[in-house]
Amino acid sequence: MQTEPFLSVRGLKLYFRTRAGEVQAVDGVDFDLDRNRAVVILGESGCGKTSLAKAILRLLPRNISCYSGSILLKNRDVMTLTEEEFRRSVRWVQMSLVPQAAMNALNPVIRVGEQVAEPAIIHLGASKREAMEMAGNMFQLVGVPIDFLTRYPFELSGGMRQRAAIAMALITSPSLIILDEPTSALDVLTQANIFNVLKRLKKELGLSFILITHDIATSSELADEVAVMYAGQIIETADASAFFTEPLHPYSQKLMASVPRLRQRTELDFIVGRPPSLINPPKGCRFAARCPFRFEKCAEDPPAFRRDGRQVKCWLYA
Amino acid sequence: MSQVGLDHAASIPQQARPILLSVQELQVWFELRRFGFGHAGYVHAVDGVSFDLAEGEAVAIVGESGCGKSSLMKAILGLYKPTSGRILFQGQDIHQFSKERKRWYHSRVGYVQQDPFGALPPFMPVRRILEEPLIISGVKNKNERMERIRKSMEEVKLSPVEDFIEKYPHMLSGGQQQRVVIARAMITEPKLLVADEPVSMLDASVRVEILKLLRALQERHNLSVIYITHDLSTVSYFSERIFVMYAGRLIEKAPVHRLIDHPAHPYTQALLTGTSEPDARNALSYKEVPPGEPPSLVKPPQGCRFHPRCVRMIGGECDVNEPPEFTVADRHTVSCWLYK
Ligand SMILES: Nc1ncnc2c1ncn2[C@@H]1O[C@H](COP(=O)(O)OP(=O)(O)OP(=O)(O)O)[C@@H](O)[C@H]1O
Ligand SMILES: Nc1ncnc2c1ncn2[C@@H]1O[C@H](COP(=O)(O)OP(=O)(O)OP(=O)(O)O)[C@@H](O)[C@H]1O
Ligand code: SF4
Ligand SMILES: [Mg+2]
Ligand SMILES: [Mg+2]
Repeated sequence: MQTEPFLSVRGLKLYFRTRAGEVQAVDGVDFDLDRNRAVVILGESGCGKTSLAKAILRLLPRNISCYSGSILLKNRDVMTLTEEEFRRSVRWVQMSLVPQAAMNALNPVIRVGEQVAEPAIIHLGASKREAMEMAGNMFQLVGVPIDFLTRYPFELSGGMRQRAAIAMALITSPSLIILDEPTSALDVLTQANIFNVLKRLKKELGLSFILITHDIATSSELADEVAVMYAGQIIETADASAFFTEPLHPYSQKLMASVPRLRQRTELDFIVGRPPSLINPPKGCRFAARCPFRFEKCAEDPPAFRRDGRQVKCWLYA
Repeated sequence: MSQVGLDHAASIPQQARPILLSVQELQVWFELRRFGFGHAGYVHAVDGVSFDLAEGEAVAIVGESGCGKSSLMKAILGLYKPTSGRILFQGQDIHQFSKERKRWYHSRVGYVQQDPFGALPPFMPVRRILEEPLIISGVKNKNERMERIRKSMEEVKLSPVEDFIEKYPHMLSGGQQQRVVIARAMITEPKLLVADEPVSMLDASVRVEILKLLRALQERHNLSVIYITHDLSTVSYFSERIFVMYAGRLIEKAPVHRLIDHPAHPYTQALLTGTSEPDARNALSYKEVPPGEPPSLVKPPQGCRFHPRCVRMIGGECDVNEPPEFTVADRHTVSCWLYK
């Protein structure tokens, strides 16, 4: 018997109102995630990755013009919850976020430990003492020395601050963590260190992850599955090993060919042109204008076609 | 499968190409002042760096954040005065130059700075941005300046020129902005181009476009290039030699493929292990990472600066004496006691 996935996102939309028009930042996104698995959302700057994270966690700015779709978390559609219910039983409690540039977003005048402890006080009703003790445990989990609890952010290196940000997301013991570009600003060895931490958390705590990044090479350090985002939509989902060996969508293929590799001496490729505007995006396939395989059909919007358990939003796979 | 770029250049014996730039025992220290205490020591940002760069040669300097890469570059550009040591350009000490000569030097050296988004003045259109270095280097004729602006814009593929020349930086994409920065660096037809993390802020596909552009310019103009990065995976597409920098020093120097296939220094080995390739098997194992973090540059460790993190540290040697440069193969040197 097939059990329901842990998380199932369907037709998720998030549009912003701007003076220039409506920005369709997340435009009908579907994907599933099982318990204790990690999905990587790959895509170029501006394609809507952060907006997708915000839509899932319902962290919305004011200028929303459309927010719809369904988010089944353990079989319950959390989109139907009131804000109060969502805050009480979903955000932080079941899923939390390590925001983009989190390590630079820590409050400079508050001790790191207090900042990490705060969600436990707010969302779990822990006392200050309990919360500080929990923060200490989280520090151990992510490999920050305990005596850093009483330090200020500027006294920590970038890598340590990023670990602290992860500790903060962990303190309410959610089962899903969304990481938005967690290592893009960090050095190679610091990156490798953080990914070691994430792998260990996944193994020891059974967590699920949504990892959002444009860094394809390091994303493979955690990925069980890959979802490629282009101009507000997911254009391919696949098992990580299938994806990294043989991407199917023309955009994914081009993207993979642009990844510099240490030991392979093949010529790098790049994609001519730029992604379309998210205000009035093209009607058909959004990649069509840049696609080397474009044909008449591509003027229509392709559905997601199934192929070997993968999904590709491209007419070539009809 | 086409081989990348510079193998023809790499096959020319080094001696055949004249030395363009020679950095000798360079130190760049910054005085550290603490409120109420006055002098509190020095940041040893660059601490005994030597290398020669041939005409038409491209080298990469690789190292982690804060190891001194930008300080080294700024000294080469004449923006920081060396605490000691010398920088010779075509045999002449750049810090002995007269004002006139300095201006000439600045037109011989192009600079693509670290942060492309902060690099361009927001209130100037592309035309003004490119005209300025020409005015400074003394191109008096307006028509000649316009001619060169158009030519350099076409070289970096900001064409049709009319579409871009009156635009302000905020109207351009990240990749286009970076091409303006490169055009500005190239417009005085320099001999040497210094590119400080030219692509680290850009998306993968744009990154490749810019790297290819830099390589094409390098080949076409027989430019010498110093390419600074913390990302080892891009260097083999661009340079002939790599210098690995750690805590203010160059700890290993080798031709690119030699360094990638036979890294000698334990730190270089760690960097290579730490660099990921897109491969689903990565998720199945942990990466070996040296413990700890790079040392303070105010009081760098005695002996080898990497010794507190090094698994192969030789007690009584590595923690006491600074390792000199040992030669392990042709054009491959390493500062590590394992190679004594
Ligand atoms: N509050 C907002 N109002 C209007 N437009 C917005 C808002 N937030 C984001 N956008 C726009 O939505 C699009 C998607 O932005 P988003 O931040 O989700 O991209 P991203 O994929 O995370 O990019 P990056 O890799 O640069 O972080 C962009 O065009 C952005 O300018
Ligand atoms: N003008 C300055 N005054 C004082 N200290 C400085 C100055 N410039 C740099 N430093 C210090 O010198 C050290 C080396 O800095 P540098 O900018 O050269 O490193 P980097 O290798 O370019 O780092 P990144 O990869 O982050 O750009 C750092 O500790 C930095 O704080
Ligand atoms: S000199 Fe010693 S401490 Fe330094 S890298 Fe070599 S073995 Fe390690
Ligand atoms: Mg983002
Ligand atoms: Mg720098």
